[in-house]
Amino acid sequence: MNANASRIRAIFRKELREYRRNGSIIATMAAIPLGIVIFPLIEVLALPASAASALLNGDPLVILLGIPAIVPSVVAAYAVVSEREQGTLEPVLTTPIRREELLLAKFLAALVPSLAVAYAMYAFFLICAKLFAQPAVASAVLQGPDVFAQVLFTPLIAAWSIWIGIAISTRSRDTRVAQQLGALAGLPVLLVAYLIAFDVIHATLGLALGVAAALLVLDGLGWRLVSAAFNRERLIAGTR
Amino acid sequence: MATSKSSASALTVDHLSKRFGDRVAFDDVSFVVERGEVFGFLGPNGAGKTTTVRTLGTLIAPTSGVATVAGLPLTPENGVEIRQRISIMPESPGLYLRLTVAENLECFVGLYALPDGRQRIERVLRAVNLVGRANDPCGKLSKGLRQRVSLARALLNDADVLFLDEPTSGLDPVAAHEVHELIDGLRQRGVTIFLTTHRLEEAERLCDRVALLNTTLRAIGRPDELRDRLFAKTLSARTVVPLPEPDRVFGGLPSVASWRHDDPTTYILTVSDAAVAAPAVTRALVSAGADVLSIVESHHSLEDVYLELINEDVEAGTK
Repeated sequence: MNANASRIRAIFRKELREYRRNGSIIATMAAIPLGIVIFPLIEVLALPASAASALLNGDPLVILLGIPAIVPSVVAAYAVVSEREQGTLEPVLTTPIRREELLLAKFLAALVPSLAVAYAMYAFFLICAKLFAQPAVASAVLQGPDVFAQVLFTPLIAAWSIWIGIAISTRSRDTRVAQQLGALAGLPVLLVAYLIAFDVIHATLGLALGVAAALLVLDGLGWRLVSAAFNRERLIAGTR
Repeated sequence: MATSKSSASALTVDHLSKRFGDRVAFDDVSFVVERGEVFGFLGPNGAGKTTTVRTLGTLIAPTSGVATVAGLPLTPENGVEIRQRISIMPESPGLYLRLTVAENLECFVGLYALPDGRQRIERVLRAVNLVGRANDPCGKLSKGLRQRVSLARALLNDADVLFLDEPTSGLDPVAAHEVHELIDGLRQRGVTIFLTTHRLEEAERLCDRVALLNTTLRAIGRPDELRDRLFAKTLSARTVVPLPEPDRVFGGLPSVASWRHDDPTTYILTVSDAAVAAPAVTRALVSAGADVLSIVESHHSLEDVYLELINEDVEAGTK
């Protein structure tokens, strides 16, 4: 399949324009990250210097991976079902666009703002920790491997989360239900992040590389699997 | 499996059927639409018109039968190429309401990967008289204006075959008239148009030929052909007072097959050729001493044809 850049760009730009003018999407992109970042931030800022050594065992930053786990899936869950509800899907599907192109464009349109929000929140957390936390606590938080893991895992988790969201969206008939399911789909990642943060699961380099490799494979498969499940006839005629 | 784009017919449909499980959407439909023709596709709600358009537009796969669309066999492999050559204006405009008119069109210029996007957008907006509304959000447009934007969108790719699904549905008479004028303009430019509609006067005015679908194809032809096929030609003769012996007046005329009363002074004459029969009937009435008020040919509209065929189906269904 030769993907056509013009068609992908057309949907990508359209999606970003729609997101910008959609209050519920903007609220989702702002409220969920703030909700996820606020408690670890308060905790880090309130910690005394003597508690810094405890931070070296766990990793409070991992909780921030909840942002790429939940925000993109909620946004992506909106992608197909909302077009179906508004009657805009049929005109798009009557054009030469292939389902793979449509889904890739929607994937990228959910990925770019989600990554921007996730990295911005992460930077905000680190800057606050550096400026306002006890120096020993800030040093414990700003560890190179943790920062690298955060940077690495954010796009991998976001990509997986988007494919789950789009898969939900192609099967749903109601936007709100799709977005709620999308948010639920991100919860297992958030749970694992909490377990690592509180050192219930001990993060090692081997574990990190293994999970990263698995996510990379799943992200690659996601496009193909969701494309295969995307059925023009079912989406247009409403047949099962 | 692509065939030449210069194939003579714009659409050929051969025994095409579509079923959704046990439900038959349309069955054993065959017709040909020539290039440059405006072809009307009529039928009641649920007759299968929209499903036929979606099938020919490669959105839905047929259950059986074959078709050629814009010179290409209707197969999944040809889907992208067929959709590049056609354009479909669905019944519901399906515009992105948060985007402006120009942004909506810009998106579709990209989807068709068309060159000279800006000029195209200006051209289609001029065609639908919307140049001044290019920067208005579609959500703020009236239903009629949205319909026009939808038509502009369908014109972007200079399609070989333009499918218009109920283009005047829900429009007021003025807006519907504007859409009719646009379709007339397209016909004059030689665009092949496949028009599904409920509005029979619309089909009669715009279409070269019409097909009447009620799950199966009930009739196909020019509107006047269908009228002739279904209804005998009749003359209506009105006199001031009833004729004393109408049998003697009409019975001897070779061009009159039969006659009946409509009311005491109106006679409905079944004739083979109205142009031949009318002078003969006039002469016969004058010879009989009748004071003639009028002799007119009875006209059956496409609506009469439609109702006749649909009523046949209803009666067949109740038996």
